Amino acid sequence: MTLDSKIPPGPIDKKWEYAKAHYKLVNPANKRKYDVIVVGAGLAGAAAAASMAELGYNVHCFVYHDSPRRAHSIAAQGGINAAKNYQNDGDSIYRLFYDTVKGGDYRSRESNVYRLAELSVNIIDQAVAQGVPFAREYGGLLENRSFGGVQVSRTFYARGQTGQQLLLGAFQALERQIGLGRVKMYPRHEMLDVVLVDGQAKGIVTRNLVSGTITSYAADAVVLATGGYANVFYLSTNAKASNATAIWRAYRRGAYFANPCYTQIHPTCIPQSGDFQSKLTLMSESLRNDGRIWVPKVAGDARRPDQIPEAERDYYLERKYPSFGNLAPRDIASRGAKEVCDEGRGVGPGGRGVYLDFADAIKRLGRNVIEERYGNLFEMYADITAENPYEVPMRIYPAPHYTMGGLWVDYNLMSNIPGLYVGGEANFSDHGANRLGASALMQGLADGYFVLPVTIGDYLAGQLGKKVSADRPEFKQTQAEVEERIGKLVNAKGKRSVDSFHKALGNIMWERCGMARTAEGLKSAIADIRVLREQYWRDVRVLGTNEEPNQALEKAGRVADFFDLGELMCIDALQREESAGGHFRVEYQTAEGEAKRNDDDFLYVSAWQFKGDNAAPELHKEPLVYEEVKLATRSYK
Amino acid sequence: MDLTLQVWRQASRTADGKFVTYDAKGISPDASFLEMLDVVNEELTERGEQPIHFEHDCREGICGSCGMMINGVAHGPIGGTATCQLHMRHFKDGDNIRVEPWRARAFPIIKDLIVDRSPLDQIIQAGGYISVNTGSAIEANTLPIPKPVQEHAMDAAECIQCGACVAQCPNGAAQLFTSAKVSHLGLLPQGQPERYDRVIRMVEVMEEHFGSCTMYGECEAVCPKEISIDFIARMNRDYLAAKFKNRKEAGG
Repeated sequence: MTLDSKIPPGPIDKKWEYAKAHYKLVNPANKRKYDVIVVGAGLAGAAAAASMAELGYNVHCFVYHDSPRRAHSIAAQGGINAAKNYQNDGDSIYRLFYDTVKGGDYRSRESNVYRLAELSVNIIDQAVAQGVPFAREYGGLLENRSFGGVQVSRTFYARGQTGQQLLLGAFQALERQIGLGRVKMYPRHEMLDVVLVDGQAKGIVTRNLVSGTITSYAADAVVLATGGYANVFYLSTNAKASNATAIWRAYRRGAYFANPCYTQIHPTCIPQSGDFQSKLTLMSESLRNDGRIWVPKVAGDARRPDQIPEAERDYYLERKYPSFGNLAPRDIASRGAKEVCDEGRGVGPGGRGVYLDFADAIKRLGRNVIEERYGNLFEMYADITAENPYEVPMRIYPAPHYTMGGLWVDYNLMSNIPGLYVGGEANFSDHGANRLGASALMQGLADGYFVLPVTIGDYLAGQLGKKVSADRPEFKQTQAEVEERIGKLVNAKGKRSVDSFHKALGNIMWERCGMARTAEGLKSAIADIRVLREQYWRDVRVLGTNEEPNQALEKAGRVADFFDLGELMCIDALQREESAGGHFRVEYQTAEGEAKRNDDDFLYVSAWQFKGDNAAPELHKEPLVYEEVKLATRSYK
Repeated sequence: MDLTLQVWRQASRTADGKFVTYDAKGISPDASFLEMLDVVNEELTERGEQPIHFEHDCREGICGSCGMMINGVAHGPIGGTATCQLHMRHFKDGDNIRVEPWRARAFPIIKDLIVDRSPLDQIIQAGGYISVNTGSAIEANTLPIPKPVQEHAMDAAECIQCGACVAQCPNGAAQLFTSAKVSHLGLLPQGQPERYDRVIRMVEVMEEHFGSCTMYGECEAVCPKEISIDFIARMNRDYLAAKFKNRKEAGG
């Protein structure tokens, strides 16, 4: 099967217009005859569900939380990009497009990124109309700040809770449609499989997390907006329940998984403090606007930070990247931190940390300004570490945060399975090998509000009168497979807890498929994952039954999928013999230690096809064609 | 540090519940309260007992999933903090800690420390939004909003819908939660067209499920986002105004 990305013809700034003008439409009176399943209600899912319901479709929205407002989009702190050019600093749709392509290290699909930049301005309008309280200037107009990897101020924010406020906007739009009876909400339902009828996605199988009941639901199309998979590392900034099961089940049913090895390790997280640690906490990248990152010049310097004189500090990002300084993109800032810590210059327990220092900014702007900008982040830091960042520099260290990879989708956000759409972090399309800050919210909302509700009509128009019922054998078969799998986990009756296995997997992934990867390390990781997975199915301990609320069982299913996904990530990282963005192969670097891309051999999206449990997945390549942006070596110097 | 816990265990909505005593040994003061429970749960699993069920997700104090009564106080002894951000350094070695689910008639227990908070969503469904379909928004800077108004709206919008206000209230009232949303939207110019209609619809659904507010003020004291009780006064004022005004004239 060849991958058809369905990029519309014409110049880049007319492609979306062309596509919209040529999509088939569904008559307004016919829209209510269609049922659409949306799985997940983060930014992409809630926005898509609400917007499709507004258009008239019958939407069925499934979340494993008690309320759609809990999705992890809510934790995004720093902001959302939009090419409004309110600051008169030379911004434009083209520049946002260019920055995003460059930031992604030339591994994203140009046409999708351009559409994203175009839609960014509509998102801000929509959010403000919903009542999202973005920061404002004293004149009452919207305020912006800068983010990493760019030299304009285009980031809109709501204190340190931009994700929360944007999600509440989408959530409220969704709740309105629920109240109007246009969306039926299924809280505490976890999707455990997708059902294909004649090769098309026609429904899902879910587990009710209260009763344990396994049920099939049929629809005319299925949208997955189920987020990313950084929890494969166990310790990440993701919420505890964030998982890959929905997209992984779809992969096993034939959807291609694209670029699984592209993961983002975020530079500014609070370092790990002990084995009990259950997750890592991000400190917004916006802090790098005013905070300066440094370590002592000499390895093993054990003095307190305030006793290390200016001349004995190494502000390594400012030194290495004078034009971007502390606002270098995330992949570069993270590798920088790893490098100085590997040299023994790290600070804090275990030497895995660097300082993020606000002393200069407080001197220049006053404590009040810093408090207004970052107050809640400083409080959060103080809560967790018991240190006062107004007086002592923060200590930060990189942590898994976001996954650029995901299910392969075409320009219309449809996977290679007809009728199966994928939005937000769950798809792969816009961020290439590295995502810039404040772009995830933008992408989730662009997909949800403006892309999916339009593109899905093109497919649905051809499905009139082709409704299937959940009584069909395909549903019964899929449901039986789901039940069998649950049975295996409950009946393993082994000795080790799910968490202990997850930690072991996370450790393999972090050490060998994290910030620096080698062929040798990846090969040994694949072998070790296989051994561990075999032990898992034999020795995992899930107490209780399926027919009750059972959090260990929920986790067990997700971790089982993380084993398989972790293996695929390593396979993908191994085949990509180049360094690009967040994928850093030690063998492929410049003399200065920067990522060395290989455009001759690797200018493609790797899209993996599942071939069975005991067979190697098959690699399909979608060539990346750059017509607008000239391929160049990324430089932030 | 070593602690003794009395934890409410209840197998299902209809089962009888009881306190069960557990030892939590060798807990790091840097661990969060939930990480302490993780340690206890690993030990329970080892012993073949079902782990304590509790709701949690982001563990950054923003998703609103977590929440339990800790020694009778919603989210525990430290103000302005959700349970996931409560760290064990605020307890002493040898402490005895009682852990219970939210106790409110509107929040039936699902299992152990997990309760059903869905009536809060129903209040939002009744009117906790601005009716604007995707695509019909005006250009964002067309409508200037004074910074103090935006800041005030943001103070209300920070609510995480955890339900602590209800759990702590002797009446099981949801006024702080409802008023936060009424105020967030009612303060902003975009929220004016539906302002009076909204407050009536939300308050009516609130009253179907929750107790009455008699201004104990305990909600404000335990709110992890320190949402001010002033918003309740504001909601009451809008509600009264809505009842008296000709609603059509008020644009509702």
